[in-house]
Amino acid sequence: MADLQSIARRIRCDIVEMTTRAGSGHPSSSLSEVEVLVGLYYGGILRHDPARPDWPDRDRFVLSKGHGVPALYAVLADRGYFPREWLTCLRMIDCPLEGHPNMRRVPGLEASTGSLGQGLSIGLGIALAARLDGRDYHTWVMLGDGECDEGQVWEAAMAAHHYRVDQLTVIVDRNGFQQTGATADVMNLDPLPAKWQAFGWQVREINGHDIDEVRSALEWARQEGTSRTLSGSGPSVIISHTHKGYPVSFVMADFSYHGKALTEEEARRAREELGCS
Amino acid sequence: MLVGESIGLKEGKATRVAFGETLVELGHEDPALVVVDGDLNNSTRTDLFKKAHPDRFFNVGIAESNLVGVAGGLASCGKKPWIASFAAFLLCNAFDQVRMSIAFPQMNVKLVGSHGGISIGEDGPSQMGIEDFALASALPGFTVVVPADEPSTRALVRQLHAHNGPGYMRTGRPNVPIVYANDAPVRLGKAHELRNGDDVTLVACGLMVAAALEAAALLEREGLSARVLDVHTLKPLDEETIERAARETGRVVVAEEHLCYGGLGSIVAAALARRWPVPMRFVNLKDTYAESGKPRDVLVKYGLTAEDIVAAAHQLIPKPILSPA
Ligand SMILES: Cc1ncc(C[n+]2csc(CCOP(=O)(O)OP(=O)(O)O)c2C)c(N)n1
Ligand SMILES: [Mg+2]
Repeated sequence: MADLQSIARRIRCDIVEMTTRAGSGHPSSSLSEVEVLVGLYYGGILRHDPARPDWPDRDRFVLSKGHGVPALYAVLADRGYFPREWLTCLRMIDCPLEGHPNMRRVPGLEASTGSLGQGLSIGLGIALAARLDGRDYHTWVMLGDGECDEGQVWEAAMAAHHYRVDQLTVIVDRNGFQQTGATADVMNLDPLPAKWQAFGWQVREINGHDIDEVRSALEWARQEGTSRTLSGSGPSVIISHTHKGYPVSFVMADFSYHGKALTEEEARRAREELGCS
Repeated sequence: MLVGESIGLKEGKATRVAFGETLVELGHEDPALVVVDGDLNNSTRTDLFKKAHPDRFFNVGIAESNLVGVAGGLASCGKKPWIASFAAFLLCNAFDQVRMSIAFPQMNVKLVGSHGGISIGEDGPSQMGIEDFALASALPGFTVVVPADEPSTRALVRQLHAHNGPGYMRTGRPNVPIVYANDAPVRLGKAHELRNGDDVTLVACGLMVAAALEAAALLEREGLSARVLDVHTLKPLDEETIERAARETGRVVVAEEHLCYGGLGSIVAAALARRWPVPMRFVNLKDTYAESGKPRDVLVKYGLTAEDIVAAAHQLIPKPILSPA
């Protein structure tokens, strides 16, 4: 999987570059998502076609933690959903790439998010539409771990199980931090896997920076989704243990990098650590 | 009946019932129509749709945030969701979800807030939707509709369904007088003149339309002729018809079952301030919550009757006209 790893590095270099140029944004939240996005979009998991972003049978990926969208922008640009030049105008006036996802301006975005807690409900609606239409696409929703503080997440989790929506997978980007500190200090989520289990979800925990583990978990969710439909055993969640800012040492070491772009000097050091060309 | 008996209006069904029955018909005509409920279908009357189209009906439990988000997801896949709860819960509880999942991406979702206004009576302020006009009208791209009676509800539900874009409709709990003959000639986005008059215009929506007709009859006895406009569509507002009425009558009273800020009164006043300023008065709940009580008693105590509209008109009409011949 060396190939996917080098793609992940490229995406990370884009994240640092675009947010530093913008002078604002959430690079650390974006960096922790990268392997999962690469696994989905390059690992043969997501059924998609950049030339047909409105293909009715495509899989849907909803980024509920909308502030982490620079990573998704970098992936979508690289996959050809829109011109790469767009990455250079992130967060600037008249640029389709806004600070948080606006699905009406960017091909490949399935939802407009940014107010945390809402993406799983949208994903559930998308999955219910698949059932009504007899389509077999899979719906993927990425949540932040701090985002799981929101009550709506659990309203949706309960409803997805109630409706036995099998073709629905949540990925929790379990980086252990939210805006103002560690999740353990701000609002304890533990035991997070047991909570999802108790809500009727199939749970798997992985190292979210190990691309092989990521791929096999995504494959599990996708394939089991189909077989689960027969057994009616409900939706699945992948708790992806990650590091906020990974693998940039000084960002990982300091949660207060949340919501801050790196300075030019910091970005230079980050690019060096990442091995960007 | 709550209002309108003195002028011989006949009682019709509650607007929530007319809505529920029309939704069933639309469900037969449009397979893309789906309904999402938050454990209130027998109150909002989407239970009728549930019975007729069970495969397209989702009750997500007492979870308004999720309800709204699910509707947004369904709409993003081409479904045409109608979602209903009490006005108070749908808009106040889930306003951010309405903003993010429906308004911002301009999803084709229709929201119905039942139990609007204070005429629900006994259940009291926690269940009364009195902020909904302001909240719904604040949302870009939303069409906001408040039908007055059974026939116009049927017509406006159909027209709102045919409209591609987000919309909000308020319905009410009690049976209300019929102010339109069957096949109400109402058009979404057009104010409807129910009565012509030259001395003052009474602008109203919902239950207050019947009260305005009653008020017009009372004013007539004093020799005053009042024009009555049913402004069932608050947004987009039919500014032309309202401006013409202001030009021709010179005075406007706005009546609504809503708080004083941000509702029909505010919307009409803003339009007239720009187009044709005239003296205005406002009949509404003012800046307060109501209380439990029999619906009629609540309306009387909180100033939402025909007599209140007459009193407001009197404030605008110069004394000489009032003095008996
Ligand atoms: C409803 C809501 N409240 C607050 C915020 C502000 N906010 C943006 S990111 C963030 C922390 C998110 O933490 P987490 O979900 O763990 O995501 P991470 O950045 O760690 O990936 C907060 C509080 C928001 N966007 N939405
Ligand atoms: Mg986090």
